[in-house]
Amino acid sequence: MRRFLLLLAMLLLTTVAARAVEPAERLADPALESRARAIGSQLRCLVCQNESIDESGADLAHDIRMFVRERLTAGNTNAAVIQAVVDRYGAFVLLKPPVEPATYVLWYGPPALLAIGLLGTLVWLKRRQSAPAETTPLSADETRRLDGLIRGNDA
Amino acid sequence: MKRLFYLLPLVLFLGLAGYFLVALRPARDVRELPSVMIDKPAPSFDLAGLDDPKPLALDALKGHPFVLNFFASWCVPCRVEHPLLMRLASENHIPLYGIAYKDKPADSSRLLASFGDPYRQVGIDQDGRVGLDFGVYGVPETYVIDSKGVIQKRFVGPLTAESVEKELLPLLKQLDRS
Repeated sequence: MRRFLLLLAMLLLTTVAARAVEPAERLADPALESRARAIGSQLRCLVCQNESIDESGADLAHDIRMFVRERLTAGNTNAAVIQAVVDRYGAFVLLKPPVEPATYVLWYGPPALLAIGLLGTLVWLKRRQSAPAETTPLSADETRRLDGLIRGNDA
Repeated sequence: MKRLFYLLPLVLFLGLAGYFLVALRPARDVRELPSVMIDKPAPSFDLAGLDDPKPLALDALKGHPFVLNFFASWCVPCRVEHPLLMRLASENHIPLYGIAYKDKPADSSRLLASFGDPYRQVGIDQDGRVGLDFGVYGVPETYVIDSKGVIQKRFVGPLTAESVEKELLPLLKQLDRS
């Protein structure tokens, strides 16, 4: 069991360590390189679609990584670099979709559904709790009949 | 009112089911992304010509609508598309220009020499920079550009007889008229 866990931990760690950014691509300036990484982790590789360009080994991901580094070296801000990529490939390249009218359903849909569900549950619970209070107590005649029935069954 | 409230889950379900019916229909290619470049000016390019001293430049192409095809010798779907391009060039005489995307010029030349050259002119984009500016994410991709240099349409993946008949040729005809 312990060996299995160790193996599992090692496997998980290697996946984290495996990065597609190649040594030759790295910028000499560590500050710029770390900005390039920050940008790269937010951009989707369009060939593999579920990996960031930093994780992907695809040729296109390499091209976009180089494009990002070129722009950063030229003095662009992070936002300007990301915008330049979005201008070419569309908002789909952003792994985290922007909050804009087209994505309102995406961002606010789940919380809205949750709110509707909670509200419905609350209303339902409230009604169920208050329901017994609404019944009128048995009249003297009904009590007598009920007692009679119970006794009759017992006998 | 209360009855209507109980119908709400059904309405939500039908809404979602309807959406999935459209979004997951088998004919829809989920890999096909809408281009953000439609109705925008094509990014400027000035590429060295393939086996041709004349460069392939956007400014020189403006004035008439034209079709720009990104291809590569290493690209298998391009071979599928190639006979169709040959027919478009020889029978329909469409103004077809090629960009050899991330390909060694010698390989592109060999491809065109052995399978035929449908292009009026070919530019070399060996580092893929022009492709990046266009938002190309896989070859082949085909763009229809109007006389002012504005992108009208993008085809991702190989053109088919159907997409040519139904979309490419009618669009070109319409652009020629205007």
